[in-house]
Amino acid sequence: MNVINRISLYVVPVILMTTVSIGLYKNIKVFEIFLQGAKTGLDTAVRLVPTLVGLIVAIGMFRASGAMELFVYALSPITGKIGIPAEVMPLAILKPISGAGSLTLVSSVLKENGPDSFIGRLACVMMGSTETTFYVTAVYFGVTKVKNTGYVIPVALAADVVCVLLSFLICRLFFI
Amino acid sequence: MLNYIWAALIVISVVVGFVSGRTAEVSAGILESAKTAVNVVIGLTGMMCFWTGMSAILEKSSAVKSLSEIIEPVINLLFPKIKKESKAKEKIVMNICANVLGMGNAATPLGLEAMKELDRINPSTDASSSMRLFIVINTCSFQLIPTSVITLRHNAGAANPYDIIIPVWITSFLTLLFGILLCKLLDRSRRFEI
Repeated sequence: MNVINRISLYVVPVILMTTVSIGLYKNIKVFEIFLQGAKTGLDTAVRLVPTLVGLIVAIGMFRASGAMELFVYALSPITGKIGIPAEVMPLAILKPISGAGSLTLVSSVLKENGPDSFIGRLACVMMGSTETTFYVTAVYFGVTKVKNTGYVIPVALAADVVCVLLSFLICRLFFI
Repeated sequence: MLNYIWAALIVISVVVGFVSGRTAEVSAGILESAKTAVNVVIGLTGMMCFWTGMSAILEKSSAVKSLSEIIEPVINLLFPKIKKESKAKEKIVMNICANVLGMGNAATPLGLEAMKELDRINPSTDASSSMRLFIVINTCSFQLIPTSVITLRHNAGAANPYDIIIPVWITSFLTLLFGILLCKLLDRSRRFEI
């Protein structure tokens, strides 16, 4: 999978070059606009602190108490059948509910298992591949008069399950 | 929902820690985790600034508009009930483009406007088929560069933090495809017909 490794290294530089070139072509003061945008990024990061402190502490306690081991152990009969490592199951469960929470779990999986381990990569692919289902649904329907959302939640959750399975299969294809 | 999960995490941890005699570890875990949380945010801040800055350039240069022209035929195909030249269609297309480019700040307001527009043309309080599909597309959102994951990988010392990009593309594309097909399939069954 050396080729994939190579290609992935070019993606970001090419996108950056394209972005700046388009900006220059359209006569935009690229650096000024960049700074304005970067400021909103800083705001987002600052606003993330309380959420992450709350969640990382809760998950840190859960891990330190041994409850995480129990939880992973309880899930292992199910995950063992499919072959998915039980370590990523907490992430699979939390992903549709909380974006910041799953970010927390990814960083703790990376710390425990290493970023270049199969489990670490699997967690990253799962994290990168879907949005926070409940958040999106709540916010988007929030501006409408809709009372009955029909099959939206079941379908979105089914897609989340498919995403977990696909992440596993594709990581196996790429990283083993 | 997160309220209950968060409370459960703390209560269960304290109880399990007490039972397993790891109360000291739990207390130490609180101190350590609070520090970790701030470090994670600090680790993400630089890249967050950088990418929101870059996407501001894209936004200003109306790259979303240009990309919209490319994907519009696909959107027309997916949302046959919405008129081609309508405001709803325009917002849907722009929301999807902004999502692909990782411009979360721009994508959400566009998505909300699209929902309002879809709501206006929907007489019932049941979600229309277009709304349902639009939401599912957004929950399976395809993102060109999963920046926060890449940054976390880098901070954890990955040899090549970017090596997950192509697996992410494949996974999220196939997931998206699954979501769309399932919506279309369910639309055909009369139970959900609106």
